[in-house]
Amino acid sequence: MQTPVQIRESVVIRFAGDSGDGMQLTGTQFTNTSALLGNDLATFPDFPAEIRAPAGTRAGVSGFQLHFSSDDIYTPGDAPGVLVAMNPAALIKNIGDLSGGGICIVNTDKFGDRDLAKADLTSNPLEDGTLDGFRTIPIRLSTLVKDAVKPHGLNAKESDRCKNFFALGLTYWMFNRPMETTQTWIKGKFKGKYLDANLAALQAGYNYAITAEIHHETYDVKPAKLDPGLYRNITGSEAVGLGFVTAGLKSGLPVFLGSYPITPASDMLHVLSKYKHVGVSTFQAEDEIAAVCAAIGAAYGGSLALTTTSGPGLALKGEAVGLAMMVELPLVIVDAQRGGPSTGLPTKTEQSDLLFAMYGRNGESPLPIVAAATPSDCFGATIEACRIALEHMVPVLLLTDGYMANGAEPWQIPSADSISAIHHRQTTEHNNPDGDYLPYKRNPETLARMWALPGTKGLEHRVGGLEKQDETGHVSYDPANHQLMTNIRQDKVERIADHIPLQETFGADGGTLVLGWGSTFGAIRQAVVAGQARGWDVAHAHLRHLNPFPRNLGELLARYDRVIIPEMNMGQLNKLIRAKFLLDVVSLPKVTGQPFKVQEILAAIDANR
Amino acid sequence: MTADEVGVEEETPSYTKKDFMSDQMIRWCPGCGDYSILSQVQTTFTQLGIPRENFAVISGIGCSSRFPYYMNTYGFHTIHGRAPAFATGLKATRPDLSVWVITGDGDGLSIGGNHLIHCLRRNVDLNVMLFNNRIYGLTKGQYSPTSEVGKKTKSTPLGSLDAPFQPLELALGAGCTFLARSVDIYPKDLRAVLKESEAHSGASFLEIYQNCNIFNDLAFDSVVNRKVKAETCVFLQHGEPMTFGAKDAPKGLRLSGLSIEVVSLAEGSGYTASDCIVHDRHNKVLAGMLVQLDYPDYPVPMGVLYQEARPTYDGAFQEQLRYAETIKPDVSLDAILQSGNTWTVE
Repeated sequence: MQTPVQIRESVVIRFAGDSGDGMQLTGTQFTNTSALLGNDLATFPDFPAEIRAPAGTRAGVSGFQLHFSSDDIYTPGDAPGVLVAMNPAALIKNIGDLSGGGICIVNTDKFGDRDLAKADLTSNPLEDGTLDGFRTIPIRLSTLVKDAVKPHGLNAKESDRCKNFFALGLTYWMFNRPMETTQTWIKGKFKGKYLDANLAALQAGYNYAITAEIHHETYDVKPAKLDPGLYRNITGSEAVGLGFVTAGLKSGLPVFLGSYPITPASDMLHVLSKYKHVGVSTFQAEDEIAAVCAAIGAAYGGSLALTTTSGPGLALKGEAVGLAMMVELPLVIVDAQRGGPSTGLPTKTEQSDLLFAMYGRNGESPLPIVAAATPSDCFGATIEACRIALEHMVPVLLLTDGYMANGAEPWQIPSADSISAIHHRQTTEHNNPDGDYLPYKRNPETLARMWALPGTKGLEHRVGGLEKQDETGHVSYDPANHQLMTNIRQDKVERIADHIPLQETFGADGGTLVLGWGSTFGAIRQAVVAGQARGWDVAHAHLRHLNPFPRNLGELLARYDRVIIPEMNMGQLNKLIRAKFLLDVVSLPKVTGQPFKVQEILAAIDANR
Repeated sequence: MTADEVGVEEETPSYTKKDFMSDQMIRWCPGCGDYSILSQVQTTFTQLGIPRENFAVISGIGCSSRFPYYMNTYGFHTIHGRAPAFATGLKATRPDLSVWVITGDGDGLSIGGNHLIHCLRRNVDLNVMLFNNRIYGLTKGQYSPTSEVGKKTKSTPLGSLDAPFQPLELALGAGCTFLARSVDIYPKDLRAVLKESEAHSGASFLEIYQNCNIFNDLAFDSVVNRKVKAETCVFLQHGEPMTFGAKDAPKGLRLSGLSIEVVSLAEGSGYTASDCIVHDRHNKVLAGMLVQLDYPDYPVPMGVLYQEARPTYDGAFQEQLRYAETIKPDVSLDAILQSGNTWTVE
């Protein structure tokens, strides 16, 4: 008898296991398969900083949450409806998030006394009532996998490592997903007995689910009604990489990345390292400081230069970024923010570097700041950051965070033709017939200087970190000149506001405005949509440009009775808005290392409407 | 492609020293050794066959690092200790330029030690000039990583405690492929090693003994003073025996077991120049001994101590870009954006 299929609008599933159990891989495979089925989706990988914390302990639990839907979605979901738990630690750490009546698939082979002890459990959650109120599907997963892969000659340890594919096969059955995408991936990734064993484990999981009819019904989620076009699934890190590749080709400049590995920014280095064939060079420096300094050196030589890092790295780069600001060279600094302060929570997300990006340099050192909102928005935000850097001859800070760097969503791929060319200010023309070249002569409207490269005959000049005389760039300690140059550098950044879009809002004027920036976009938008559906007067504005703000922001904020600012920090945009507009906004701070839940924002709107 | 290869065309103008002098007032203290070094560099630059616009002079922070402002070339006065990193990014992306790094014992060996060793390890085709005056000058006289133990300064009134670096020993350990030493007051020798630095393909490290007449006057006087230098310095010549000493008291360096010993070559001493070590600048074991020779136990080696042929980082960097293009030629932006698993929504 065919198991009945129930159509669901959306499903949130979370895979949880040991760091070595391959949960990230399992989640990614489920994501790619669902993307190809045409679902809208959002993912949230959540893993510990330790590569392999002691097996079976709570510290070692790694999770991957996926929200897939036939409707528009904005977040990976507040609460999973399905939890796959590979051991007691994964179960106990995640069961609290599972929605009431949710399905819990458990590997019961890992619930011996020693397993329970590793997870600091004194009683067995399979028996002590922990799972009351959930639909539990107990499966002797380790045993079944061992039997399934036996013909392929793997030892016990190797067999056990196939169990994530078995779990994936189970869930593919439960959610009516085809297995071809994963099978193709396995064939490309593994060889020999490992190829055979992983394929067997995947199939065995699927077959077991059918045969044992592990659940009385299966579920299907139909394709989402996305805008027509060509799509791919993309993480924030990939989108940043493609953004830089695109900006290089659209500006006609070679791209140079100077970087030093740091979580969660390293993937940007990995992605960009694959594009040498289109003129992208990458340099893994000896440290964070050298990474940015080499990038500035490349910018001095005429490259579209960038550096990628996270908070601790940005702290180290501060002095060099100040120099780039002082000499007025184009540079993009990407900060994939993570939980701070200090080493903080490397694999968890936070937005707490905003004020640091704004003010984290010695002296009066204003810089433009651009923030991406979602994984796919990283593409456009990166191009925007490059455009500002090149057209205004200024270092630009691009803020992402761990949540969007690792998270994935479908991306409607733009055609190359639809992306505008980026203009840069390289010159071979002498600008002072009566004397030496004037490196700091400016465009009267933007105040941007020209970019004369070494190797250009007749334009020899010197730049440096000492205060410089207007136009000539000669070292100057003149008091009035220092005031003038400080004003110019400030003014130059403020005038960028004439070259960025006005701020838009989602929803009508009046009532409550939720003002956000960065990766809170999804949770805010979904909460505002929900609020509007309840008839509340609530709107959403999401800032891509944090310095300078869009020209109309002050006037826009004034149109609302109340402004709420949810942030994954202690209220940093809140401080900037208060300082700039003298506005009594409501701050909704959160620093748990976890993204906002829709419910948290919805509750805040309800309390302030 | 090195700057030499593109530069030695018939169109390279013939320069005079004045062509390399900027219009900026030089603000080093009167009597500073930097004046002579600047002058030798300006003179040498006229003789390299490189167009003026292809020189980039990159410095960090400190007295020596004001150097680019006084050179009428492209110049970048960066931040403390980081000049090698800026220069690495510049040279990797612009191998056509002749890139010179100006640093000092504080800038290069203290705050910037990490960048210095890594640019030498990578063998970036840079000319690194380290002005060693064994003191912090610009911050007004604190001891430096090359100051002798017991140095009394404002920050070490009872004497410094830490052992100094021997810069060339450090550079050799870092894998540097060209090591040389000269002195601010030896213009001819200095110009000779500057030329050799530029001719070397790879990272060239040139230590220059430089006198700070304000905070550490005569720091090297006992070695470099013209009255004593015949006795205190050994001027290395590739393929020649290592001899030194006054005319009436000739000496040489002889290998004794695994050590170098100073022997008299005077008549009746039993030794002649043929007993002395013949300098082989390509011998790394010998270089390992030479970098340790210091006054007063030994004469200080001057000139080129070591040279090694090794592919440059910037050369390999560019080669890899070209290689990548050959294995994936003519890739369009659309093809890049549309790579991976895609699907169409109708």
